[in-house]
Amino acid sequence: MEHINWNGFNKGVWTNEINVRDFIQTNYSEYTGDESFLVGATDRTKELMGKLEALFTLERQFGGVLDIDTETVSSLKSYAPGYLDKEKEIIVGLQTNRPLKRGVNPFGGIRMARNACEAYGYKLSNKVEEEFMFRTTHNDGVFRAYTDEMRLARKSHIITGLPDAYGRGRIIGDYRRVALYGVDRLIEEKKADKAKIGMGNMNLEEIKLSEEIFQQITFLGFLKDMAQMYGYDISGPAKNAKEAIQWTYFAYLASIKEQNGAANSLGRVSTFFDIYIERDIKNGELTETKAQELLDDFVMKLRMARHLRTPEYNELFGGDPMWITEALGGMGEDGRTLVTKTTFRMLNTLYTLGSSPEPNLTVLWSKDLPEGFKKYCSKVSIDTDSIQYENDDLMRDIYGDDYAIACCVSAMKVGKQMQFFGARCNIAKLLLLALNGGFDVESGIKIGPQSEVVGKGVLGYSEVVNRFDTYLAWLSNLYVNTMNVIHYMHDKYAYEKTQMALHDTDVHRFMAFGIAGLSVVADSLSAIKYAKVTPIFNDDGYVVNFETVGDFPKYGNDDDRVDLIAKDLAHKVITELRKTPTYRNAEHTLSVLTITSNVSYGKHTGATPDGREAGAAFAPGANPMHNREENGALASLNSVAKISFDDCRDGISNTFSVTPEALGRTYSERIDNLTAILDGYFAKKAHHINVNVMNRETLIKAYKDPTAYPNLTIRVSGYAVNFHKLSREQQKEVISRTFHEVM
Amino acid sequence: MKGYVSSIQSMGTLDGPGVRFVVFLQGCNLRCGCCHNPETQSVFGGDEYTPEQIAKKCEKYRSYFGAKGGITLSGGEPLLQASFAKEVFAECKNRGINTCLDTSGSIINDEVLSLLDFCDHVLLDIKYHTDELYKKHVGCSINKPLEFLSVLNDKNIPTTLRQVIIPSLNDNADSMCFLKKLRENNSCVVKTELLPFKKICLSKYDALGLEFPFKDFDTPSSELIKQLEKDCF
Repeated sequence: MEHINWNGFNKGVWTNEINVRDFIQTNYSEYTGDESFLVGATDRTKELMGKLEALFTLERQFGGVLDIDTETVSSLKSYAPGYLDKEKEIIVGLQTNRPLKRGVNPFGGIRMARNACEAYGYKLSNKVEEEFMFRTTHNDGVFRAYTDEMRLARKSHIITGLPDAYGRGRIIGDYRRVALYGVDRLIEEKKADKAKIGMGNMNLEEIKLSEEIFQQITFLGFLKDMAQMYGYDISGPAKNAKEAIQWTYFAYLASIKEQNGAANSLGRVSTFFDIYIERDIKNGELTETKAQELLDDFVMKLRMARHLRTPEYNELFGGDPMWITEALGGMGEDGRTLVTKTTFRMLNTLYTLGSSPEPNLTVLWSKDLPEGFKKYCSKVSIDTDSIQYENDDLMRDIYGDDYAIACCVSAMKVGKQMQFFGARCNIAKLLLLALNGGFDVESGIKIGPQSEVVGKGVLGYSEVVNRFDTYLAWLSNLYVNTMNVIHYMHDKYAYEKTQMALHDTDVHRFMAFGIAGLSVVADSLSAIKYAKVTPIFNDDGYVVNFETVGDFPKYGNDDDRVDLIAKDLAHKVITELRKTPTYRNAEHTLSVLTITSNVSYGKHTGATPDGREAGAAFAPGANPMHNREENGALASLNSVAKISFDDCRDGISNTFSVTPEALGRTYSERIDNLTAILDGYFAKKAHHINVNVMNRETLIKAYKDPTAYPNLTIRVSGYAVNFHKLSREQQKEVISRTFHEVM
Repeated sequence: MKGYVSSIQSMGTLDGPGVRFVVFLQGCNLRCGCCHNPETQSVFGGDEYTPEQIAKKCEKYRSYFGAKGGITLSGGEPLLQASFAKEVFAECKNRGINTCLDTSGSIINDEVLSLLDFCDHVLLDIKYHTDELYKKHVGCSINKPLEFLSVLNDKNIPTTLRQVIIPSLNDNADSMCFLKKLRENNSCVVKTELLPFKKICLSKYDALGLEFPFKDFDTPSSELIKQLEKDCF
């Protein structure tokens, strides 16, 4: 099959089957130069961005939410077209009929939608309430099937943040397919897939799939209708760069109108767009200035994306994030870099539009990336604190060269793999539960195998490890089973029709588990092993604190004695999880990532043997505990790099804050040194790093006077936030983190 | 062979080219008023290491060094443990790690001369431009570092001259002119760095129960440093 809009493209496998990777490989031009070709913002862009900035200010003054449409249930066609400035916009499409106005999405759970409205002084309309009165939501379904123990695990906060009342997210549609093939072709393919079902036995799995494809096809139709409302016919392939970006954006927009999943990654679009941009430039239809404008306008739209959340949700996932993660750069399997000029143009939006947490720009780092690109990335980090890095050399072997990142650190092949998101369990709390024989002091709940409380006197290492292992086995089984219930119900009542329509029908599924408190448990076990730790009991005979005498190795100092405890912990957890089968035969994966929930997890966890006080925040992700690093930044990085990606395929998040002075004396030295540090860290097979180059004093000033720093962006844990959007507690925790500085 | 180490910093970006593993050796023969590492002054104390132990530790960070980085021996005064320093550098060079010595250049003997053969780069402090200031605030003659510099020049070892700028002592044209001439007359000098005098070490002095000799001196503004840089380059 061929299409006139494909003129000028090299043919390949992609012309006969849905295969965006093949289209990219046969058509893109790598760029190995530096950033000197980039241009600044045009007057049009500045004016439009000025308008948007004014709306952001208003939103902030309104307490974080500008407006809510309480009358309409969010979906692809439920709102009239909306514009920021109809005359000046190049890329169009808003989630609702007005910029920054939020829609309600009760499919995850009506109570969540109701509470979210009330938290901002609105009331969910009777119309919506009535519409959902006799409708089963995902949340209803889950709670019908939860066992008593699952409820207790949730209530005691041993497992927290599970997507049982909100959309699971983390699914990345291959939005590029809409631009390359047009919707009609995608519908045809899905119809052909559906026709194949039932050739063998019509079992539960096949029946479910058949209904899902039916829904996918329906929503592809809705997607076409939605675009038509904005005056675009997207049934066929895009004919130029503007259309390619517009078509892709429509597909993304449709999916965030349909569902309010926690993370809504964009995928890996820049190099795809570059092919269209280069074709237009070659044909004399586009200039560099116009190309940058297209990117600027697209990114402005992404920065306007919003979901309506409750305050409880914000406590776990602070800063109103969408995780519109775009994977940039990386290398191809054939050794060419996937960096193109549009990779640069995408990063350049942090200058043309100013720094920003969204989209969540994620550089796939390889030792083989062109020097010019490496240095530009370092410069962007130093200037904006807005980007993160992940190890392409590590992931390419597993996921090929057309994978993207869901949320913060979760790799998956675009359009071929999806995941069932599973938040995380609190292993520091599990350690205390094990010592107390199945009693959680913080919540007063008895849960897990009931046994004797640990004896008086100095704790023995092997006894503690045995106890921990017993409780870990119990929790792992419970965790997998709980996830199975959640995702069965999510598929049943809140299936992501648009996003899954943009996947191959035969999709590979991951089930992504997570742990919080890795550094707390590693240091605690190290304290028990190398110092003398004596438990302190309350009047009821439960352990509530510890007396630790003597020094012990602490994670974050490149000391194998404790770093290997951390590494083994992660290995143990995934090994236990794998023992329980998953819903739809998903592949078990594990992440060490906390978002901002490290504050909340800490709050619900008693004092630990490492000297951490009851209620004190955990370190984020896989970070060493705050300010326990004594041997400098690289020692800290080396410790984290020891956690094996083979055990933690869903990602290992490290957030690194360094002062500009500690990176070198001059600006160009800092760029060179940061580049060397990234090369060095990833050569150690580390997986992820957030880079902040800033002084603690800046954050303290922003804490005291948030309005003076409206655009202060900081990487927290796999994503970035506007500092002012964090809760006061989260802000304080970020300030107390380790800043590597000049001694 | 054993050496005595005050502390190790896994990431140094200010002591030599690129990203460096910096080892602060214990003990110093001088007592500079502006010293920001007073804990390294005493020749007693420090952790014992063999040269191989240092090199092995350093090796864990080589992936971060890039094309320019490597190990820096600082102090204290590494020349006080010149034989040990030489062995450390020899071990490192065997492993292909770039070596850099951070010194006041106040000791020259056979051990030091043989150490220099293992240095890829030297950071040489030129603290002041007169013998009087040297004797008053350092405790040695200015001829020592000047003689050291001429050795470096003879051996053609790439050298960075460094001066801590202390207002009222060396923030003047004479001092900058002196640095400029040293650079012009010694082809081994590849760079001159002016470092602002800082007082963040005050807490270290307090912890040691020592008086910070330069506590009453002002710290220079970054504008002043920029201005002086123009004069000395």
